[in-house]
This record gives sequence, structure tokens and C-alpha cells, in this order.
Amino acid sequence: MSHGYLKIAGGTVYDPTNGVDGVVQDVWVRDGRIVAPPTDPDVRPDRTIDAVGMVVMPGGIDMHCHIAGPKVNTARKMRPEEKRKAAVVRRTATTHSGTMGSVPSTFATGYKYAGLGYTTAFDAAVPPLSARHTHEEFADTPCLDKGFYVLMGNNHYVMQCAAAGEQEKLNAFVGWLLGAAKGYACKLVNPGGVEEWKSRQAGNVHDLDTPVDHFNVTPRTIIRSLAHAVDALGLPHPVHVHANNLGLPGNWTTTLETMRALEGRRGHLTHIQFHSYDGDPDAQSFGSQVAPLAEYVNEHNNLTVDVGQVVFGKTTSMTGDGPLGYFLSNVYNTKWFSSDTEMEAGCGIAPIEYRNKSLVHSWQWAIGLEWYLTVNDPWRVAMSTDHPNGGAFLAYPQIIRLLMDRDYRRDLLKTVHRGVRENSLLKDIDREYTLSEIAIITRAGPARILGLTNKGDLGPGADADVTIYTPHEDKQQMFELPRYVIKSGELLVEHGDIRHEHLGRTLHVQPEYDTGVESDIAEWFEQYYSIRWRNYPVGDEYLHDSEVIPTRKFL
Amino acid sequence: MTSHATEFRDVACTVCGCVCDDLRLRVEGRRVVPLSGVCELAAPWFERIGHTQPAAAAIAGGACSLDEAVTRAAAILAQSRAPLIWGLSRSSSDGQRAAVRLADRLGACIDTSASLCHAPSIMAIQQVGESTSSLGEIKNRADLVIFWGADPAVSHPRHFERYSLEPVGEFLPGGRSDRTVVVVDVEPTATSAAADHFIHVAPDRDFEMIWALRQLLREDDPPAHEFADTNNTGATNLGAPLDVLWDLAQRMKRCHYGVVFFGLGLARRSLGHRNVEALLSLVADLNAHTRFTARRLRIPGDVTGADSVVCWQTGFPFAVNLARGYPRYGPGEYTANELLERHEVDACVLVGSEAVANLSPAAADWLRQIPTIALDYPNVAPTVEADVQFTTAIYGVHAPGTAYRMDEVPIPLRQVVDTEYPTDAEVLGAMQRAMPIDPCGPPNAIQQA
Repeated sequence: MSHGYLKIAGGTVYDPTNGVDGVVQDVWVRDGRIVAPPTDPDVRPDRTIDAVGMVVMPGGIDMHCHIAGPKVNTARKMRPEEKRKAAVVRRTATTHSGTMGSVPSTFATGYKYAGLGYTTAFDAAVPPLSARHTHEEFADTPCLDKGFYVLMGNNHYVMQCAAAGEQEKLNAFVGWLLGAAKGYACKLVNPGGVEEWKSRQAGNVHDLDTPVDHFNVTPRTIIRSLAHAVDALGLPHPVHVHANNLGLPGNWTTTLETMRALEGRRGHLTHIQFHSYDGDPDAQSFGSQVAPLAEYVNEHNNLTVDVGQVVFGKTTSMTGDGPLGYFLSNVYNTKWFSSDTEMEAGCGIAPIEYRNKSLVHSWQWAIGLEWYLTVNDPWRVAMSTDHPNGGAFLAYPQIIRLLMDRDYRRDLLKTVHRGVRENSLLKDIDREYTLSEIAIITRAGPARILGLTNKGDLGPGADADVTIYTPHEDKQQMFELPRYVIKSGELLVEHGDIRHEHLGRTLHVQPEYDTGVESDIAEWFEQYYSIRWRNYPVGDEYLHDSEVIPTRKFL
Repeated sequence: MTSHATEFRDVACTVCGCVCDDLRLRVEGRRVVPLSGVCELAAPWFERIGHTQPAAAAIAGGACSLDEAVTRAAAILAQSRAPLIWGLSRSSSDGQRAAVRLADRLGACIDTSASLCHAPSIMAIQQVGESTSSLGEIKNRADLVIFWGADPAVSHPRHFERYSLEPVGEFLPGGRSDRTVVVVDVEPTATSAAADHFIHVAPDRDFEMIWALRQLLREDDPPAHEFADTNNTGATNLGAPLDVLWDLAQRMKRCHYGVVFFGLGLARRSLGHRNVEALLSLVADLNAHTRFTARRLRIPGDVTGADSVVCWQTGFPFAVNLARGYPRYGPGEYTANELLERHEVDACVLVGSEAVANLSPAAADWLRQIPTIALDYPNVAPTVEADVQFTTAIYGVHAPGTAYRMDEVPIPLRQVVDTEYPTDAEVLGAMQRAMPIDPCGPPNAIQQA
């Protein structure tokens, strides 16, 4: 008699959320969830996956990547040259064809993430005016549960509320906006700086305390006000901050001030690698200031970070940080795309190549690794390449090897620019990540940071997203090609081959807010936007399978 | 909803790339009565809805059941060794998705109507990128508005009112009086009649004029004399004299936020992609002086959706060949007009046949000789005598969907009129399902070791 069970038998389980560190045990699955083993010995599973000798972990979670929406699709559109040379993705009886390169097509994105054992991913920067577009791409991005963060740090209504100290109104606006976009979290990109970029040549903000043109509000106030709003609404994920001055020498002080601007509230600082630089605009004095920043993070448990690791090679830089895109295209003399979105956001896209002969690029590579290796608590540092900005998500297995294998790390350190070889903390760091720590920074930690209580663990009730690896001395090999990937309780991938069509769910929030503010928002909206208020919110018809992640009480 | 008149507001119109979403309509049975927001281009389009009721399906001009037509279409495609799917700009995301899926299944070429419109502009972006913005940003900030080789007064009748000339913007409280409007074209137009300045460009001298402007941006003083025509080619006769261009260059540098809208007058000339590349380079240069953006004035309502959907699914915006089982890209190689001219397709699915009017005579001639399957809206007369003709529901009238405005802002389309017509997505999906058993590999795949 069928009871609908799947049993993953005899694997070595790494489930840090539940304190399981390399224990041989069975994992039982039913109806898309992890369940307790049946107590009745006569109950047999419909299917058993023999995982003896294999490593069992929850499915991977990429909490900061760029995989869908207008800037991602524009990057595809403007870079055919890299796709022709890339590996091909052929159509099969169960899968669509696609293309790779640093910005894969939607189907290919889903297949390749799943092939790596990742089952959840969040696009990190969507202008709410383009939310509908992002949901449409999600509907064509298979294998993953996914959501996106809504750009707010340069939103005119946000800046007006923050300038006027109208915190309650701001809380309501953030709640309305997330619900209208069907987004997951509040994202700041270069708060105030993108508005400056729109209002003057090469405009930007350079510190946290200079007011933004026209709005009489400082980046510090924007950060503090939005962090407050996020906690007041009880959003599962804290305010997600791409700080000011990304990529600029000497920006570490801005980053430290950004951490302080949160005033103890929850905050996630993203792609922190790009924000940890010593030096003057003169590139010769470029260097790392990971040590003081990591120390601050170690001492303040309201803070989490993801790294934004750089890997050497060619990729595409894409950002909601308009002035940054202009800066990069001028530095590297590349083609340049920029798009300003009314009332909300900006966008910059440029090809980029990280070269190990470059002092700056070598520092960027080393600084990312310094971050992983100097934050004491792995629960508060998540793996990311800021795909595709630091490199494609396909580089994760290599990064895992760099963290788990210090000899390999030292060998690679020998190949980078001499200034980094001699001056980076890396040469003196012996730390090697354990498998359990890898499980934390790639799944359990991101789930906790995101407030996803059903993901990143293998306890009863969790989503049955499970990745099974064949152990190997070379950890890159081990993580490059999982033996099995189970998604929502079904065997989805075997050795990189997609076994059936599975679209995955859209994860979003629907916070409660004071709807009394809507008439004020509507009046502002109809005056300045180029579409009608009524046509702005994304309807349920744009969600395929979806899940509302509940809010919690923080204030 | 059809038994008595119903009013709808905030309806989006897909007739042109403006996708105005503030229309008020009254629906009376199958007919639509425009109440407000409907321009002279859109009014006849809406008024023809429900006026004629062509059969949902026809084979060789004779009405038939949908099933029969789908079976016949699938048979044509099953016999085809090199099919082409073309059009997609009178559709919506679901139709475009279904078209790519069918192309993937067939190993077909898939191309959009952009290949005969703004494809050169997309190729230019692939070369140099683009500084651009949403239309609302223009409304709120652009104090210098230039139209180059474009006549939106005719092609996009509400563009001035909604986006570019007249609206009061966040940082342009005076509306029209806060904006300077310049038209560059080969002759005065309806748009130049509404502009502050008209600059004459000699036919096919756009590239040279843009290049001159790029040079003038770098000069501190006005040029002492005109360019010397040392080879007597006439290439230095740009139309307007240099002092006029000097003034334009200064005006461009001095504005706070400039925009140049460009049209097919620039993009569809010979070497149009080079013209647009030059213009986009000029705009990039201008960002060393001020903020400046460019925007192509796209024509059909969802042509932007066509290249967006094809791009996110395949990686390439148009001219995609799936014959090897994976996407390859080749403007001029896999674009509809050239494939047809070279007789390299043996069957064609036209998702919206109106693009056929833009084909070269040689391409149109070959299209008449091969089996064709056309999907058209009931209010638009088909432009071909297709072997199999489907009439499909109009997105935004008969069916919900999404249209991507010329600036890629996605606008929701809702159903306002009941219909029995299927959507193009349903027809294309049925054709795909009616194909013989999927061999698990594309039928035309080149066997590789």
C-alpha cells in the first residue's frame, strides 16, 4: 500500500539548523515536505534513494543574484558575443533550449542552478515599475523557488517621507509597495546616489551626511528610516543594503558608517567585498580594510553580510547603481547601458573582466575570501558572487574549494598580483571551512537571514529541497555535480540531468499596513508616473505557484 | 458583460508603442465605443472590433473547425524541413512564449517584426550600449527633447501629451514652456511644426551630422569655417550649416537632462545600425557634460515584448535559429526577409501577418510560394492568402495579457469584450501538441559526434 513516502537512506546528513553535523541517518519525505520517520514499521517508502556514502544537505539558497527582470534581460540582449562561445544548452524531451554566457537565458538559469544543487534564488534589484516583467521571467525560470527585492533607496516618496520624518507614512508606503510589486524584501541601492545621478552630470553622493538634491534628505536618514519601516512591518528579511560608494578606493569608512546608521536595527549588507576597500582614488594605494569591518560585524549581531566574491575571468556588471555603471564603463572603456526609471531607480550594465594580473582585481578576489575567513559566525555571512557581477553562480564550487582547502587557496594566491600576495591577510589565514560550515553559508544561513523558516533545513515540516553529493577530496568536483537534487519532494536532477518539468514557487510578502495612506500615495502617483495607479500593482494572475512568507513581530 | 453596455477605464491601447493606459471605453456587446484617450490611430482600430466576425479558422480561404485547421497546420509543419515563425509584435507574452516553444520543438527559425524596423537599433546597442530611461523620466526631467528621423505627431499621436512635450513634470513645473524641442529630419514634418527648432539633415547624411556633433562637443570655440569637401563627394553637405550644429551641440551640453527620440528615419536607412550606433555614442559622450538619454520610438504595441520574451527564453532578441537544438543568432542570416529572399524556408507561421507589408518583393514572392499559417486579429485584414488562417483574440480586448511599452515598462492588458476566438497562445500550443511524437531531439538537428 502506498503512503507516498520517499526515503533518502543512509546518507551522511549535514543539517546545521537542527544541529546535525555529519550524522548517518535517513531523511523521510512526503507531500513535498520533510517528515518524521513513520513509527509504523510496516510503512514502506514508495521509493528509496540509496545515499549510503553520500553527503545529504538541504537545497542551496542564493540570497543575492541577478537572474530576472529588465536589467538582466537587457544584459542578455546587449551581449550576444559571449553566448556564441559558451557551452550550448540543448532542448530535450523535458527541457527547453537556452544559452549561457554570464547571463544565461531563463530556462538555462533554472536548469544550471538546479544542476548545482541550488533550489531557491532571489533577484536582488527590481524597480517596482518592472515587477510585472520580473514575474513574467520567473514564470519561465524553472526548478527554483524564487523572489525578488524591491528597490526603494532612491524612491521619491520614500525620500520625501524620510525628509519630513513621517515614519508611519513611510511604513505604510513600504508595505503597500511590497504588496503591489509582490516582492520579498526592501532593497537599498546607493541610497540617494542614484537620484543625484539623475539630476546632474556624474552625480552621486559621497558620504552619508550630504543631502540629496531636491529632497533635503541624507543617505543616513534614508537608511535609518527604511530599516525602521522594515522592522515595523515585521518583514522576514531585514533591510538589504547596497551601500554608497561601491567599488571606490577608501570606501570602507562609508561602509562602517552605513552599519552604524542602522542604529542597532536588523540590516543585511550585501556584496560586502565591493565595500571594503582601503586607499585613495589613486589606484596604487588600493587595499583591504576587511579587518575593522569584520570586527564590527563580529561585535554586532544585528548585522549580516553576503560576500559578492570576485572570480577571475569575463563577466557582466549589472547594477541598480546608475553612477557605478557609468564609472565602470569609463574605467574599462566598454560599451555602456544605463536606464533611469521614473520615481524609483537606475540601472547600469557593462562587460567586465577580472584579471589576476591587476592589483585591484587581485585585491577584490582576496578581499572576498578574507570576509569568509574572518567573520567568526558563519551564520552571518552568506555565499554570493553577486551573480553575475563578481562572477557567475557557476563559480560557487570553486569558491567552496577555496574555503575548504588552504593549500589550493595558497596556490592560487601565488598567481595573483604581487602586492596582494604580500599584503593580504590570506597568507596568514589557516582556517578551512568544514562541510557543516559550507552548509551554513550556502543554505542554512541564507534561510535564516531571509526569514525562510521552511527552508535551509531537513527537520520535519521543512520544504523537501534536498541535495545529495558524492564526496570527493576535490571539493570543487564534489559540489559541481550533485548526484541527486530533490525539489519539493520530487527527484528533479540526477547528475545534472533534469528529470521532469518543475517550475517552482514565487516567494513574496503581503505585509499589513495602514491603508489610509493609499489616497495620498495615489495622488502623488497619478501626478508623476507615466502609467495609471490602477495599472501599477501586479495582479495574482502573474503569480504561478506562490507562497506568502508571513511577517513577524520585531518592534 | 455582453448583454448591455459596460464602461471600462484605465484600459491600455496596443496600437502603437506608447501603450497609453488611460483609455475609457464603452463595450456594447461585441463592439467597442471609445469614450476618451483614443487617438486618431486607435479610434478606427477599436471601431472595427466586432464590426466583422471572420471565422476563427479557415483552410485555403474556406471556414473550418479549429481542430481541422490545427491538424492541417501541424501537418504542414511536420513536413517542413526549415520552418520560420515570424511576427509576434501584435501579441502578448503568452503568445510569444508559445511561439518560441513551438520553434524550439520544430527546430525552426524565429524572428520578430523588429527585424524590418528597429533591429538595427538593437544591433547598435550590442555594439555600444545605450543611455536611456523610462518615458516618465522624460516627462519629469527632460528640458531638451530632440526628435531625429521620427514624426511622432503622426506615428505616436499622444506622445507629446503624455510624455515628451506638454505634461507638467516633477522638475518641469512649466510643462511645455520648460522644454526646448528640436526636430532633425530630411524635411519639415508635423512634429517639427510643434517644435522650437527644425534642423535640416541632407538625405543619408545623418551619420556625418552626428559625427560632426560629436566633434563639436569637443571644441571650445565655434568652427571658423565649414568642413572642406576635398574629394568633391558632397559628404560635407550635411544639410544644416555648421553654425546651426554648433548651436545644437551647445544646447545639448547646457541642458539639464536631454533626450533624443529616434525613429526609422535613422534606423531603417542603409547601414541604419551604424547611424544609431553613432547617435548612441553621441548620447554617451554627452553624459560627460550633462545627463542625456536616447529612446527609439517603436511602432507596434508589443514589439518590445516580442524581443523581450524571445530574448529571455533564448538569449537573443530576434533572428534566432533553433535548428541545431539550441539557439543561434544571426541578423541578416536568420532574419525573416533574408531567409525568404534566399528561399531558405519552406513553411512560415505568421503571428500577425501585417509585418508582411514590409518584406522586399523577392521575399514576399517566396512567401507566396510556400505553405503559410497566419494568425491575425479580427479587426485587422490579413495581408496574405494563407493556407491556414486563424483569427485570434485581441490581447487587451478579448483576453488578458501584458504589453511592453517602447521603454520596456510592462502594462497589464485586461479582457473587456467576451469572445469565442482562441488566443494565439492557445492556437500555437495546440499546433505544438498536434505535432507527431517528439523525437526527443529537434528534427533538423545536425548529428554531432
